[in-house]
Amino acid sequence: MRRNRSRWLFPTVILAGAILVFILRSTTNDYVLAIACFAGINIILAVSLNLTNGFTGLFSLGHPAFMAVGGYISAIMTFPVARKTMLLPALPSWLATQQWSFLPAMVLGGLGATLAAFLVGFPVLRLKGHYLAVATLGFIIILQVLITNMESFTRGPLGLNGLPMLTNLWWVYMCVVITVYVCWKVKHSSLGRSMLAIRENEMAAECLGIPLARTRIMAFALGAFFAGIGGGLWAHLVTVITPTSFSVVMAFNLVVMVVVGGSGSITGAAFAAIMLTLMAEVLRPLEESLEAYGISEIIIAAGLLLILIFRSQGVFGGQEPGFLVRSGYGPSDEGKNPLSFGKVKGGTA
Amino acid sequence: MGSYLAEQLLNGLILGSMYALIAIGFSMIYGIIRLINFAHGDIVMIGAFVTLGLVMNGKISFMVIVVLVLLAGALMGILIERVAFRPMRGAPQVTGFITSLAISILLQNLGILLLTAQPRNFFIPDYLQVFLHIGPVSLRTIDLAIIVTAIVFMTLLVFLVKYTRLGMAMRATAENLNVARLMGININRIIMLTFAIGSGLAGVAGMMWGGKYGQIDPLLGFVPGLKAFVAAVIGGVGSITGAMMGGYLLGFAEVLFVGLLPPIYSSYRDAFVFTTLILILLVLPTGFFGKKTEGEA
Amino acid sequence: MLEVRDSHVYIRQTYVLKGISLEVRHGEIVALIGANGAGKTTTLSTISGLTRASRGSIQFRPDKDMPQRDITKVPAEEIVNMGISQCPEGRQVFSDLSVWENLLIGAYLRKDKKAVQSDLKWVCGLFPILRERSRQSAGSLSGGEQMMLAIGRALMSSPRLLLLDEPSLGLAPQLVELIFEMLEQINAKGTTILLVEQNARMALELAQRAYVMETGNITLSGTGKELAENEEVRRAYLGAN
Repeated sequence: MRRNRSRWLFPTVILAGAILVFILRSTTNDYVLAIACFAGINIILAVSLNLTNGFTGLFSLGHPAFMAVGGYISAIMTFPVARKTMLLPALPSWLATQQWSFLPAMVLGGLGATLAAFLVGFPVLRLKGHYLAVATLGFIIILQVLITNMESFTRGPLGLNGLPMLTNLWWVYMCVVITVYVCWKVKHSSLGRSMLAIRENEMAAECLGIPLARTRIMAFALGAFFAGIGGGLWAHLVTVITPTSFSVVMAFNLVVMVVVGGSGSITGAAFAAIMLTLMAEVLRPLEESLEAYGISEIIIAAGLLLILIFRSQGVFGGQEPGFLVRSGYGPSDEGKNPLSFGKVKGGTA
Repeated sequence: MGSYLAEQLLNGLILGSMYALIAIGFSMIYGIIRLINFAHGDIVMIGAFVTLGLVMNGKISFMVIVVLVLLAGALMGILIERVAFRPMRGAPQVTGFITSLAISILLQNLGILLLTAQPRNFFIPDYLQVFLHIGPVSLRTIDLAIIVTAIVFMTLLVFLVKYTRLGMAMRATAENLNVARLMGININRIIMLTFAIGSGLAGVAGMMWGGKYGQIDPLLGFVPGLKAFVAAVIGGVGSITGAMMGGYLLGFAEVLFVGLLPPIYSSYRDAFVFTTLILILLVLPTGFFGKKTEGEA
Repeated sequence: MLEVRDSHVYIRQTYVLKGISLEVRHGEIVALIGANGAGKTTTLSTISGLTRASRGSIQFRPDKDMPQRDITKVPAEEIVNMGISQCPEGRQVFSDLSVWENLLIGAYLRKDKKAVQSDLKWVCGLFPILRERSRQSAGSLSGGEQMMLAIGRALMSSPRLLLLDEPSLGLAPQLVELIFEMLEQINAKGTTILLVEQNARMALELAQRAYVMETGNITLSGTGKELAENEEVRRAYLGAN
């Protein structure tokens, strides 16, 4: 009855997006392209964070840490050998002689992030609710300290600059498509349903035979992988990477995207990512001209507060928009999903 | 060697005093509405800047400054509670956390907006810079002031909580909000008072922070805030005595970590603190003095 | 004294009280019996002001010569002030506070120190064990002792109307007998009682009048004796053969 899949929807969207990318690249200037790249990267980050936080209800603030892992690994791999000897003289020789192309470097970055997620996730994912949040926050700091101190690999607090600007809109677009596709598939698979079940009621999920620990780690690691990719893309767009590039403020902004979009909604997260990127871009020249630094974050934070107070389900409320549901792509029995990253208080009547 | 150790212990005492004051506020707020108040650290920052403003004024005595900073912190805490946290009551745990994170970012950026991100030098009046020599250690009057002020406030607080009717109401409300209402206790007022006291202490800690480190900037609250949270967790969130113990424990641990290990490891200090946090959360989530069962929503 | 008129209460999305009406007259003991989940606790929490009815009203007249007040929208803290006190389900004593402090906090709103002291004496007369354990933390008491403490605490506000939510829950029969005897004494001294119970037999023995509640509706009402002899009640709640 519901699985009346319009098989042409996805390919059509992808094609439309590709045409858009083509048009942008041929008609607009570098500045606009850069913004489009940032928007795309933010989409990747928000949608993947949605997987961990929105679907599974694990409140993780750790995305920036995984971005850092992915970013640094891919940066080190793509760094031209000549620059490596100059800036990172203490690098072990098997590494110093390598120079990879963009795709393998990014994938390695993503895998590195995934590995980190497994390592961190095993102990940390046992925590719940806001304790998990603080633990992941602590992880960002621990990682920052580690990166700062592993000077032979990372050049410490100075960071790496002069990274090859390998990111362009096509790369970003490709990654966006892959990320959205994977997350969409997961959402509508049994894994996704397991995640949702865990979010709604852990004990019931366990009784249904859903392996809690395994599902949680999968959600965490999957999100981390895309965060790592995002980090790689980001590093090669900005061409500079330092230990403080990926900070708590970024974690906050990502959370805002997920919340504003409505946790659990892929379209929502993507939409919010675009909105936030645009808004930041609009506000930046304003900040500079008025010398009123900090205003953009103030507006973002205030906006989040207002949404939390007045419309806590976010703009899309955890569902995908109607037209997607009707074409057979969304589970139409999703029901009400109030903003609940963790357990909802008062499970008993 | 003995005097070096004594110096380190003294530094631990000073740092611990500041952490303890901040941690108490965290614990009190958590104890009463189960909220991790991220913005708490930023109240420390506000306290520091308020102090700077008052001190630059020149004519105000130390005692009066302490009281004014206490009030400033308290007012800030009440404002935040009223505007942001009260509408959120009943929301899931994590929503409250995001809210407090948002407020923290808001405060930090307001600070940057109004005061610029440039660190400013803290101005310490001369009578607080006098060197005293007590036994094997030498310290400045301000260091002594920090320790004494902290002890005085903590003693007052314990007295309030344990031996007054109001303190009894606070303890009752922290344990069971609804039944406290059934006793006729006005929980809104009690919550407000809790925020006021906790934030006031944080403000005073800010004053101490500026005095101790000499430089302040709008982002200074973040790391001490988090560390004080670690201290509160070590002691057991919700327990005032726990927060005090945790604060001093953390202060000593941090100072000794840097002081006793070879200098290469000093910059690992923050990582050490947060690894401890994660370990404690995993192994002993109720902390050393905690009484409630945490880890449940 | 207390009149609940057509109260409808929703808890989150669930429709819990579907238009209930009941009445408690001065000096009475009224029982509200029913199975688990019938809505009895919700009834008490609505009267106490912890929950708010979306429709209907609650009228309260503390004394015969006082005016009637609409307490439907009055907040919980105020309701205590007006003379309604609740001993909540599961006792819920403040385990971090001492026995003594629990009693004192029951008298939180009272200013008349001498009267509070004499009430303390009276409560300890009813339940001597409380004086014995006065310095201990309430959490260290046994179930029965906690029940006595909870009742004592509720009495310390000198209520005109005492609400009790399942006092017999989890207690041994002799203890329940003892407590119900005390309730009789308390009532004799002038406190009106509204008693919610799953233990229908004892409740109907004690109460002058009673109501039966089922899934949010009041299905039967009458005197204690009438209901105890009622066929349906006997079958459903009294385990008659």
